[in-house]
Amino acid sequence: MIEVKDVEKSFGESKILKGVSTVFETGKTNLIIGQSGSGKTVLLKSLLGIHQPEVGTISFDGRIYSDLSDEEKRDLRTEIGMVFQGSALFDSMSVAENVAFPLKMFTNKSKSEINDRVDFVLKRVNLIDAHNKLPSEISGGMQKRVAIARAIVNNPKYLFCDEPNSGLDPNTSILIDNLIKEITEEYNITTVINTHDMNSVMEIGEKILFLKNGIKAWEGTKEEIFRTDNEAVVAFVYSSNLFKKVREAHLKGY
Amino acid sequence: MLIRYLSQIGRYFLMLKEIFSKQTKWSMMRNLIFKEIDDLIIGSLGIVAFISFFVGGVVSIQTALNLTNPLIPKYLIGFATRQSVILEFAPTFISVIMAGKMGSFITSSIGTMRVTEQIDALEVMGVNSLNYLVFPKIIALLLYPFVIGISMFLGIFGGWLAGVYGGFTTSTDFVTGAQMQFIPFHITYAFIKTFIFAMLLATIPSFHGYYMKGGALEVGKASTVSFVWTSVSIILFNYILTQLLLGS
Repeated sequence: MIEVKDVEKSFGESKILKGVSTVFETGKTNLIIGQSGSGKTVLLKSLLGIHQPEVGTISFDGRIYSDLSDEEKRDLRTEIGMVFQGSALFDSMSVAENVAFPLKMFTNKSKSEINDRVDFVLKRVNLIDAHNKLPSEISGGMQKRVAIARAIVNNPKYLFCDEPNSGLDPNTSILIDNLIKEITEEYNITTVINTHDMNSVMEIGEKILFLKNGIKAWEGTKEEIFRTDNEAVVAFVYSSNLFKKVREAHLKGY
Repeated sequence: MLIRYLSQIGRYFLMLKEIFSKQTKWSMMRNLIFKEIDDLIIGSLGIVAFISFFVGGVVSIQTALNLTNPLIPKYLIGFATRQSVILEFAPTFISVIMAGKMGSFITSSIGTMRVTEQIDALEVMGVNSLNYLVFPKIIALLLYPFVIGISMFLGIFGGWLAGVYGGFTTSTDFVTGAQMQFIPFHITYAFIKTFIFAMLLATIPSFHGYYMKGGALEVGKASTVSFVWTSVSIILFNYILTQLLLGS
């Protein structure tokens, strides 16, 4: 569980996060949504320790991040898996080397144990014959799956995903969403996803945090988002005709 | 402006401190060091050999063409070639060229990692990215004096070949000149400079790549800025070290 309490973050004169508080629950896919510039990425980067909030605390299962020593912070980071928007795979390494990287770096596993684990997670993300390919030789969807495999290979307690569906076709997006949801339940991890994709919200949003201008404007589940009359949420989520009709149908009980 | 430069210099020294904190696992670091030796040292030998050989030849010919007075002995061609190559050409001129070759490679490779969030990925995993990326380059460049040693040898050899086979001097005269009034400390001086330049070559381009912001265009700009500052630092340190080691 990740607990965010009254977090404020500014860049120069501009205050991006204005006292955000929420709880990201374990075993659930927690989504952060909001318009561009609403503070989603800043909140995610604050959770990752890339940005340090000026006010407020972020605690990981009771461990307050700002109270930890540098060594403890680095140890905590080994419990974190991250899927970046652009995948951020190491382009000089093959797919298998990318996935094996956290194991080689942070564990004392033997070569055969590492190979077994890499085979297992690559199979888990449906990539069984891409071991020796370079990231530049595989598609965007495959790169995202390699990034997920790398993020989960060391059994993380926390999984963060920044726009995991950006640039992907609808079929691949659904595949990635389902994969993240399955992994979250299977390994009972705390997953936080930063997304613009309303399909993801409807499919896997077990807990949704809606940010507007750096403030928590709404939070709830994907079922609650259909019934909410919060104007900001309705204007954002149901901005397309398709989703408006989906909502109407849902409210009519279809 | 001045405050910005001072703040950059401060940031550079903080980066140096961070490079040596929280070491990457040795089994990983060993492979990274070998890769950097291959990229930075072995990969530079060809261009260094080519430039050294021909510039050594040109120094020899230019010296010969300027010795028009028949009273000046021909063995001065060998002497001048040796002094030019050992004292300045090999350590300083080659280092400025390497600021372009190695420096732009280092800045663009680290800068591209920054742009594509690979450095963020390392940090999020709990890896000390500065140690992981820059420390192997520093260790690899401990072999840089070896490159400069080759440059010295080939520069003098090129001078001999151009002087003798160009008909400007005899082999005996050139070799006599090359051995004349040899001061062993000049070699020490040249290698002290080389070692300092190696550290500048490893760290200044890394600094510009690591702290760059923006996209692909900025990677190119950072490479250019890195070349300028590495060259300026080499020239500046060359002056300071020459004054300290030879001037007093």
